[in-house]
This record gives sequence, C-alpha cells and structure tokens, in this order.
Amino acid sequence: MKRIETRFKDLKAKDEKALVGFITACDPDYTTSLALVKEMCDAGLDVLELGIPFSDPTADGPIIQRSSERALKAGATITRILGLVQEIREYTEIPIVLFSYTNPLLAFGYEAFSTQAADAGVDGLLVVDMPPEESAELNTALARKKLDLIRLVAPTTYEKRIRMIADASSGFLYLISMIGVTGSGGLDAAAVETHYTQVKALTEMPVCVGFGISTPDDVGAIARFADGVVIGSAFERLIETNLDKPDLPALIGDQTRAYKARTKPSATGLD
Amino acid sequence: MPQPMHNLNNLGHFGPFGGMYAGETLMSALLELRKGYDEIVKKPEFQEDLNHLLANYVGRPTPLFHARRLTEHAGGAQIYLKREDLAHTGAHKINNTVGQALLAKWMGKKRLIAETGAGQHGVATATTAALFGMECTVFMGKEDVRRQAPNVHRMELLGATVIPVDSGAGTLKDAMNEAMRHWSSTVDKTFYVIGSVAGPHPYPSMVRDFQRVIGLETREQIEKEEGRLPDLIVACIGGGSNAMGIFHPFLNDREVALLGVEAAGEGIDTEKHAATLSKGSVGVLHGSRSYVLQDENGQITEAHSVSAGLDYPGVGPEHAWLKESGRVVYDSITDAEAVGAFKLMCRLEGIIPALESAHAVAMGLKKAGQMSSREVVVINLSGRGDKDMSSVAEYDAIRETL
Repeated sequence: MKRIETRFKDLKAKDEKALVGFITACDPDYTTSLALVKEMCDAGLDVLELGIPFSDPTADGPIIQRSSERALKAGATITRILGLVQEIREYTEIPIVLFSYTNPLLAFGYEAFSTQAADAGVDGLLVVDMPPEESAELNTALARKKLDLIRLVAPTTYEKRIRMIADASSGFLYLISMIGVTGSGGLDAAAVETHYTQVKALTEMPVCVGFGISTPDDVGAIARFADGVVIGSAFERLIETNLDKPDLPALIGDQTRAYKARTKPSATGLD
Repeated sequence: MPQPMHNLNNLGHFGPFGGMYAGETLMSALLELRKGYDEIVKKPEFQEDLNHLLANYVGRPTPLFHARRLTEHAGGAQIYLKREDLAHTGAHKINNTVGQALLAKWMGKKRLIAETGAGQHGVATATTAALFGMECTVFMGKEDVRRQAPNVHRMELLGATVIPVDSGAGTLKDAMNEAMRHWSSTVDKTFYVIGSVAGPHPYPSMVRDFQRVIGLETREQIEKEEGRLPDLIVACIGGGSNAMGIFHPFLNDREVALLGVEAAGEGIDTEKHAATLSKGSVGVLHGSRSYVLQDENGQITEAHSVSAGLDYPGVGPEHAWLKESGRVVYDSITDAEAVGAFKLMCRLEGIIPALESAHAVAMGLKKAGQMSSREVVVINLSGRGDKDMSSVAEYDAIRETL
C-alpha cells in the first residue's frame, strides 16, 4: 500500500537516489500527458509528481505558470486528473504524488478528494500554499485514506519549524534548494548540502531536493548527498519547446534517462 | 490613533476566514512580521513616530465635510464626506504605507515592494519609500498601467521602479501574484507592503489597524458636528481597506448601520463584475480564506470594474466574516451608476472623487434619499479622481458609440 515508503527502501538497498519528476497533469493535453508519463516511467523515473493546475500559481515561475495555463485550456480538472492517475496506475506501480494549491482542493472538498484520489491510486499530496498551521482539516481527510502528506522545507525555515514540519509530514520531505519560485536559476550545491545535512539530522524520513535543478550535472551534484532529486521546470521547458513535435514523449524519455543515470551509485560516486 | 486589536488567535482567523495560506518560503517572514506587528507596533515610541507622521506628513486629521448640495440633491439624510482624498497623495492608502514602512524601518528592512491596482497604493508606497530613503518596486497589471497612466508617472518620479505584469487580465490580481512571487525570491531583504486588508496574516489585521484612524477621526468629528453617531456609514470595497478602516471603530455601536459597496461592473447578473461578497463563494486566494470569484473547479475568474482599485476577485477575510455575522451589509453599484455619481459629485460639490469612491457616493445618495433629514450618512471619500480622467472619458466614448 505504502508505495512511497517501499520505493525509497528499495532504492536505498540498491544504493540509488530517487529521481522525482514533476509535470503538470494534462499539459499540453490529457493524451500527450499520459504518453509522457509512460515514457518517463519506462526511462526509470522513481516518483511521479503530477501538478493540478491553478489559475494563480504564486509559488511558480513563468515556465510552470504557462504549463498551468495550457493544462487549464485543455480542460484539466481534478476529476479528469484522477482519471489520468487511474490510467497510469494500470500501467505502472510508480508512487504518485499530486501537487496542488489549496483552492482547487477546497472547491472539490477534502473528503471527496481523499476518497477519490485513494481509489484512483494516488499515494500522496503536496499542497504548496498550505502550511501545517492550516491543514488540520485536510490531514484528517488524508489520514482516513492513508494518503501521505508531503511537505516543503525552505532555506528560510528555522530549526524548530523544520521539526514541526517533519512531524506533520509523511512519505518524504521536500527541501527547497533556494529562496525563489520554481524554475529559478543559480543552484549552489554546497549551500544546499549544508542545509540538507541540517534537515536530515532532524528527521528519519527521506529528504528530496528540488527547485533550480535542471541539468544532469545538477542532478549528479545533488544526488551525491541527497535521498532524491526533484525535476520540474526542466521537464516543463522541454514540453514547452517541443509542443508540436510528435517525438516529444521520446525526448522526455531521453531526458529522464540522462537524469536517472546520475542518481545511480556509479554516477554519484564520480561527483 | 490606531491601536492593534488583540482579539484574534495568532493565525489571524476571523471565524472560518483569514489565516496564513502561504508557501513555506514565506512562512518565516510572515511569522517575523507577525512578531513585528504584535510587539513593535504596540510600542509607545512607534505610535509616537507614526502619529507624528500622520499629523505632519499625511495631513491628518482629514476633514469631515457636510455636503449640503449633495444632501439637497438626495432629499433625505444629511450627507457627510470623510475627506481621505485630502490626505497626502490623494487617498487613504498612505495611512497604511506610512505604518508599514515605519515597521519595515524598525525591522531593519531597506527595500519595499508593493502591488497596485489603481496606482494609489503604489504611489503611497513609493512616496513613503522616498521619505525613508528606501528602495521601492511596484507591480502593476499592464491593463492598469494603461488606464491609470498618471499614477505610473508619479511612482517613477518618486524613484520607484514600476513593473508591468502581463499575465491574466493584467489587473490587480495579477499584480499581487507577481508581487508574491517576487517576495518569495527576495524575502530575506524585502518588506512586502500589502495595500489592502487581504493577504495572509498579519496583513488583514495590520492594515486594518493602520486604517482605523479613518473611523476614529470620523467618530470624534461627527460627535462634534451632530452631537451623536451617524445612522449609516458607506464605503467602497475592492480588497476592503478603506471600509475596514472606517467601519472598525463602529462595530460595537449597533445603532450605526455599516454598508460596504462592491463594484457591480456591467451588472451582477452578467459575467463582468467584481462583486465578490455578493456573488462569490468561499475560497483561498493570496494567502487567506475568504470569498472569491471562482468557477466550480476552484479556478479564480476575472473580475471587472470601470475602477481599477475595485477590479479584484477577492476580498479581505474580515469582510467575509462581517458579512456572515450580519454586522455589515454588502451591496453593489454598477459602472454606469458610479460614473454618474462621479460627475454629480464634481458639479455639486466641486470635488472630483476617485472612481472607486464614486461607488460609495452612488450608494450613499441612494440610501440618503430613503432616509429622513434628521438622519446622518457618512460616505468615505477614499480618494480623489484626477487619475480617472481618461477612464471616464473612455467610458463615455464607448457608451456614445453603442
């Protein structure tokens, strides 16, 4: 049942790090999105994050803003995205985390969401703009369906708060690499490692690092110390620049393979 | 003078509304700001600095003017205008920016950012930044940059950088999105001056406290003029800061009716309005739980109003709570009614009101007409309308071609 936990255990046994891939669900449309996910899974993706698009994504940079617009234009709704998850679930056992802003979930209803998400085969949820302070109601709904609640830790999060957040999460912790929105530049692997070590000392959970990681070299630099690496905007950039190309799924597959290679023991050892 | 009200739990909830719905990157800054609001703003030295600035820089108290010709025109209650248009920079927004910039100074921040719709809050922030020698960047939707051009020039003259925001409809919502993104990227050195009683806690409470001066003065002034409290206070609502400011000191006076006026745009039964409390539903936007205009999937829909300052699909959470509790009544005024009141005010009182404030004027006239001459209505004239010349001309031109 606990696909996320099992996946991290298996990776640890193989001395591999997790490649976590984010794409906005239904970007550019439902069918292409399904094809992209299948390619990513075939190429060795370890955890899939599917973004539920929101009209006002205040934590996202321009790349994910535009991907959200495309997905909404293509008719993405929670119901449709859960349909997509169901189809992905028929294909693979990859852990699936949905990534959302509060409002679409609130409109759908937390209880209804938890029930239907669990039925579709979702494993966890991350809500960007809902800190632990505001999430009692959602916690109850998710716990009832044994869904993981993944939470973010930022460079600005002080130690006492990191503990509080870790206690309020399950599955894995998502460490934001830098002060910024998604898709920012200027990754400083050394600074991230210092922060990572500090966070890791406060939790037993796997800790994955995201924001600003775009090249296979970036992945290698972070995978050297972290339990997992999250790629989001870099996948979305690839989608955006190849929207009309029939080989878009193949391109995503190649990119995924290039990232994944850098999370394996032979690769991480070199960095 | 504004005194913080400490009747909230520490997440800034108003019943089921409010709260701190923010990304983790911003949480520490918000908690630090909450501490600043709770501890610094209360200090007598802070209040002394603030009061000095309000009196000698902003020009407070602003007058409460008995508008005899408007009163005569309405043919009912005595109409008084709270002249926030006479505050420095021409609107109530400066009450808040002086307070927040002073807090920024006390907290050691040297850089201010702001979002703006009509440009009044942007101008007020740029003004205060100049006064304190701080750097200032203002985010403004590109449609608003177009329709409120005089304010863009003012901000630039005052040394601020104005960043036009191209996403969405290019209005206040989009400006706020971009300001929040920018804040997330520079949170370690930037103080975000939110212009309304919206956003995550502590903003709704803090902005209200800085704007309460409007209501506190009104109370003193009307008691002096009429020897009693008004029967009705009317104020326009976009995010709702001028309304919260004038309403709040009267919340416990049940005999004073409070009426908030939203923008009905082309009519609340069309898709082109900004009547969030009248036609919206509960949602989370820009950091707090309140009413929003949204579709059935929780996607925020575009608002519409002839006035840039009211053109916003959200509203401050305390207003949502005051609506639910029934203490404040909310109604709306169309573009056409507001433009009509704008012109009437010019000719009858020699005052050019902001289009935002013209919504309150239109509603105040309607209500006063249904009341007796012994009754008293106060309209919050939240700003002046020099910025709106081209919007009104454009509105008339479009109507003429129809």
